Amino acid sequence: MTAARPDLVPVPYRVAARTARTPDTADLVLDPVADALPPFAPGQFAMVYAFGVGDIPLSLSAQDGHRLTHTIRAVGAVSRALHGLWPGTTVGVRGPFGIGWEPPAVEGTDLLVVAGGLGLAPLRPLVRAVLAARPRYGRVAVLIGTRTPGDLLCTQDIEDWRAAGARVEVTVDRPDNAWQGDVGVVTDLLDRAEFAPRNAAAFLCGPEVMMRATARELVRRGLAPDRIQLSLERTMHCGTGHCGHCQLGPLLLCRDGPVVSWSHAEPLLLVREL
Amino acid sequence: MTADRPDFFGALPPAHRDRLRTLAREVSFPAELRIFDEGGPADRFWVIRSGTVALDVYEPGRGAAVVETLGDGELLGWSWLFEPYHWHLGARTRAPVTAYEFDAEQVRGAIDADPAFGLAVTRCVAAVAIGRRLRAARLRLLDLYGAPGREPWTGAAGAAP
Repeated sequence: MTAARPDLVPVPYRVAARTARTPDTADLVLDPVADALPPFAPGQFAMVYAFGVGDIPLSLSAQDGHRLTHTIRAVGAVSRALHGLWPGTTVGVRGPFGIGWEPPAVEGTDLLVVAGGLGLAPLRPLVRAVLAARPRYGRVAVLIGTRTPGDLLCTQDIEDWRAAGARVEVTVDRPDNAWQGDVGVVTDLLDRAEFAPRNAAAFLCGPEVMMRATARELVRRGLAPDRIQLSLERTMHCGTGHCGHCQLGPLLLCRDGPVVSWSHAEPLLLVREL
Repeated sequence: MTADRPDFFGALPPAHRDRLRTLAREVSFPAELRIFDEGGPADRFWVIRSGTVALDVYEPGRGAAVVETLGDGELLGWSWLFEPYHWHLGARTRAPVTAYEFDAEQVRGAIDADPAFGLAVTRCVAAVAIGRRLRAARLRLLDLYGAPGREPWTGAAGAAP
């Protein structure tokens, strides 16, 4: 009998842990019930199936051996079902899919990681990988925009990243009375990041409007468009480039993305309803 | 190096920047100092050299609601340039601040006396302070990171449905 293809047939994983991060967001830690999926590269995604409800694309927010961690916000039927799962429940997982983040090959390059809201989760494996190889890179800045202080993800990671030598800055749209940090849009934080524009690379994930504004600001500051990577999203469905639901012009984002360069993305994002 | 910072002085042509700097005096403020209040006379303005200042609006029952923070190189105050020369927001230091302080009436006089200098300063205030902050405010109005009752952006890390 031929083994089932993990890109087509969901592989059973069991929820090993669930940690609430915000009122509507939780981390689900998944362990394979038997066979595990191939390793995911940072930025690649899985299709995670809540049995009896449906499946959705989810980037990994962490990977530890065969153990997968997804950060899920409850917004629709499937994500609500997954968000509400407790340890011991079984889900189906397909993947890995797509093209992930590509850190620069040139040693000493300054890195800018810019995250908006839940966009920090898909960037988390990249930051961890970069900091695990810290001497290879120049200055590393992680700039985070979030709605409120209570919506901030990865709070322990942020401390760890600072301790590992990254400059991490956080700004919020809506502060509470206890917030002593920055208030404003994430592009304002670019003023804090020290980088050599001709020797830097940027990685963006968040709402598309935020990524467009950030990419344009980075280009204005001298970064080459092909050195800016962003994670795009359309309606991923099959994950294998067959159904066409995630088409963005000539790209099928489940196969050719979700990470694409700004030089490829900019003309496509200017076309409405594309 | 810091990447081509869009700070206030950096956005002025060198000759006008040098001239404006001759009108400045260096000041420092401790943390948690109220610099000005909404509705007060906008008789000075500052370019922050270091530290952070929070702009706020007083809201009954809530106190001073912070709407934006300003940092190094940024212009603190633009109400001094336009009548009726009253602050639209309040300002308080978050951390100790050093800044260049300007006398608003003196700078307005220099602007009136030298149209080229005046145009450069006005353009700079419009582009760096008003334009940039207006764009940022409009983006924040969109509540991009998700509001209850509407479909938030979910990222590949939490896509709908």
